[in-house]
Amino acid sequence: MPDYPTHEHDVLIIGSGGAGLRAAIEASAAAVKVGLVCKCLLGKAHTVMAEGGIAAALANVDERDGWQVHFADTMRGGQYVNNWRMAELHAKEAPARVRELEAWGALFDRTPDGRILQRNFGGHKYPRLAHVGDRTGLEMIRTLQDHGVHLGIDVHMEVAIVELLKDGDRVVGALGYDRERGQFKIFHAKAVVLATGGIGKSYKITSNSWDCTGDGHALAYHAGAELLDMEYVQFHPTGMVWPPSVCGMLVTEGVRGEGGILTNKDGKRFMFDSIPDNYKAQTADNEEEGWRYTQGDRNARRPAELLTRDHVARCIVREIKEGRGTPHGGVWLDISWIKKRIPNAAEHIKRKLPSMYHQFKQLGDVDITREPMEVGPTTHYIMGGVRVNADTQMSCVPGLFAAGECAAGINGANRLGGNSLSDLLVFGKRAGEHAAKFAKESKAGQISAAQIEEGARSALEPFDRNVSAGQFEGPYQVQYDLQEMMQREVGIVRRQDEMERALEGLAKLWERARRVGVTGHRQFNPGWHTALDLRSLLTVSEAVTRAAIERKESRGAHFREDFPDKDATFGKTSLILRKGPDGAMQLRREPLPALPDHLKKVIEEMK
Amino acid sequence: MSTATFKIWRGDATGGNFVDYTAQVSEGMVVLDALHQIQATQANDLACRWNCKAGKCGSCSAEVNGMPKLTCMTRMSQLPLDKPVTIEPMKAFPLVKDLVTDVSWNFAVKKKIKPFKPRAPDAPDGSWRMAQADVDRVQEFRKCIECFLCQDVCHVLREHHKHDEFIGPRFLVYVAALEMHPLDTEDRRADLKQAHGIGLCNITKCCTKVCPENITITDNAIIPLKERVVDGFYDPLRWLLNSAKKTLKR
Ligand SMILES: Cc1cc2nc3c(=O)[nH]c(=O)nc-3n(C[C@H](O)[C@H](O)[C@H](O)COP(=O)(O)OP(=O)(O)OC[C@H]3O[C@@H](n4cnc5c(N)ncnc54)[C@H](O)[C@@H]3O)c2cc1C
Ligand code: SF4
Ligand code: SF4
Ligand code: FES
Repeated sequence: MPDYPTHEHDVLIIGSGGAGLRAAIEASAAAVKVGLVCKCLLGKAHTVMAEGGIAAALANVDERDGWQVHFADTMRGGQYVNNWRMAELHAKEAPARVRELEAWGALFDRTPDGRILQRNFGGHKYPRLAHVGDRTGLEMIRTLQDHGVHLGIDVHMEVAIVELLKDGDRVVGALGYDRERGQFKIFHAKAVVLATGGIGKSYKITSNSWDCTGDGHALAYHAGAELLDMEYVQFHPTGMVWPPSVCGMLVTEGVRGEGGILTNKDGKRFMFDSIPDNYKAQTADNEEEGWRYTQGDRNARRPAELLTRDHVARCIVREIKEGRGTPHGGVWLDISWIKKRIPNAAEHIKRKLPSMYHQFKQLGDVDITREPMEVGPTTHYIMGGVRVNADTQMSCVPGLFAAGECAAGINGANRLGGNSLSDLLVFGKRAGEHAAKFAKESKAGQISAAQIEEGARSALEPFDRNVSAGQFEGPYQVQYDLQEMMQREVGIVRRQDEMERALEGLAKLWERARRVGVTGHRQFNPGWHTALDLRSLLTVSEAVTRAAIERKESRGAHFREDFPDKDATFGKTSLILRKGPDGAMQLRREPLPALPDHLKKVIEEMK
Repeated sequence: MSTATFKIWRGDATGGNFVDYTAQVSEGMVVLDALHQIQATQANDLACRWNCKAGKCGSCSAEVNGMPKLTCMTRMSQLPLDKPVTIEPMKAFPLVKDLVTDVSWNFAVKKKIKPFKPRAPDAPDGSWRMAQADVDRVQEFRKCIECFLCQDVCHVLREHHKHDEFIGPRFLVYVAALEMHPLDTEDRRADLKQAHGIGLCNITKCCTKVCPENITITDNAIIPLKERVVDGFYDPLRWLLNSAKKTLKR
């Protein structure tokens, strides 16, 4: 066995975002030995950026809400290709998961009678998002972190996992390197939970943080697990577009929830022009009613700006393409106009949207209480991920679990805002619970010296290539070119020929990535880290592209210019990717599980 | 587009020196963009931490022209570019490499602070009732992104290295958030005085000045905590009454 430090755990959790922390807390409650590794510092995972809130049918603001409504909203938002069982569990269990956060110290904004306040968000019928101003993710991650550190969990910070270790079919641990010193570490475990988050860094314009490189998706895929729904990448309609340095940075949907409106360069509120049929009944047909909705009028319907993200993003792209965009290629998002409606509007905006005020003021020289913001779509979230059992979160590889953004199923073709944070809690808990159960019922597997040696050797390869001699290229240019290409060819509006070009491009980028070299030594070396990230980024980019080529229809976040309509057959089909015996990516179609009658009824009743 | 020159600290625990670099400056650029540009084009292995690039995670702390800053929120346009911009690691923590320091002490300190202990729920569904006004005060402290810039600037840690006796402003804010939490029933006053070393703070307010979240660390967190400690230790009767009140609230 290579002479690397070995850590023994019953359950190893990879990732310290909301999903990983919640899983760790639950696993440790089952009295098993838990290890948590993350490639960032504790409390700094991407979850910290979440702004708007956690969706849960607490019914604190509108008593008509309940799990049935939340379930129906989630399925409608996902265009009915969601895993119905996950959507059901999520809607039923989210309220208890949110209350639990309060018991661990979270301080949400309050209703006048002292309960957890909930706000409106796109696609949710009633005010449903528990929140803390616009920094809900920070509150959530800090609460879980501060609760978790007292539970005896072994935390390994700034350790990046490069390979899952297997004993036959089963996953029995992981190989990683510690970023600070560059040393390899072996983790031996009976069960492994992936909670590695998203893939935003495969695109040029993204709201995601540095660690969203699709590592979990790629690790699972290379270990034999299946990836599902990879064609569904969510582009959030409102990212900053100017200045270039902050292009892609998120502008929370909360701005529209508080009454913000979208207009084009002619000052027209274009969203009212194209309300999809299945949302007509619940969308305001005039601006006045929309305003009343944002101000809490229970009899008003939501304004067109709060339609689902996929739809709003496409309308924005249309405005820009047809020449009605703003100077820097976006549209206007205006909250300052509410001064016409309410007194002390500037104070109100600063209180409700403090980080947005700060972000625009500090980074864009824009005062949002006085001027409109320039916004455009940004790569935000991936609905696709590791295919898991809805109840246990285990993949088809025994001992390998996944939760949070790196798992697929709950969101179908499009995620509603707020449904991710609740997903992290509900399925993070389930993954932790079932991973602990699996660990208790299993014997420790064997880790293989050969696999570890090979994993370490291939991770170190970039050091053998001398960049200074000019024979090899550094990792950054390859990363930029990949991001640029995915943005251009597999973005919001997709076409067969462009995506086929992307596949060819990916093959060339793989070639380049295999020849990337780095300078310096192994101690905290970002060049080396980037070289290793490339393997994940390329794997997930290929998965997204292959699935997007195969789905010849438009549904939710996946929009094809050459197939602009929905197709009934595709509507009953899932696309599944798996690594073939020859090492090539294989795609197959599988029928979607049919919705049981009792849930069909729920959806009918909520129409 | 103009160019800017930089002096960036390169080295590790065994030693190092400032190295000169240049970068192209475009509109709206922040210091972290310049670091990334230098990484991509001139120094692949230049070590710096970052994650969100949006001022939300507190990873990218460093000293820019001698001032503790989040590099992702420091605009190039705010800096004089006629002379080189110096970028160095935080001084209050051991150096790992280049701009990366070993901040693990902070995580160890937090673990030693008595955790949140809520009173029994107010409602049968396990939930509580709290007024927004009572929550506001604590929400200010909970804005903390753990960038540790306040720890970096505090002379008790930076110059006097009293890491074993003093938890630093970040964790005084953390204790304040717990102590003033409307539901909390724990008493941390004895710890504040002894283990946490609150007496070592002499209210210079340097920490408040650097906080990127604009938390009024000294006035709103540290001074009220100091008062509680004084009340508790020098006015035993009042302490007893307070403890009784806390118990009643349970
Ligand atoms: C700006 C923004 C705002 C958002 N707002 C909301 C909102 O209001 N409501 C909502 O519901 N959702 C929101 N989302 C989405 C939501 O924040 C994310 O989907 C969610 O936080 C993902 O959490 P996670 O636990 O799955 O993973 P993450 O929080 O992404 O954590 C991933 C973890 O895995 C670790 N990791 C990754 N790879 C490796 C590796 N190879 N080895 C070791 N560790 C690794 C990382 O270090 C990190 O700790 C928002 C997203 C963004 C970008
Ligand atoms: S006010 Fe106290 S804690 Fe803050 S910097 Fe000064 S001595 Fe340190
Ligand atoms: S209190 Fe302010 S300066 Fe200190 S760690 Fe928190 S955010 Fe940073
Ligand atoms: S990178 Fe997150 S605060 Fe700067």
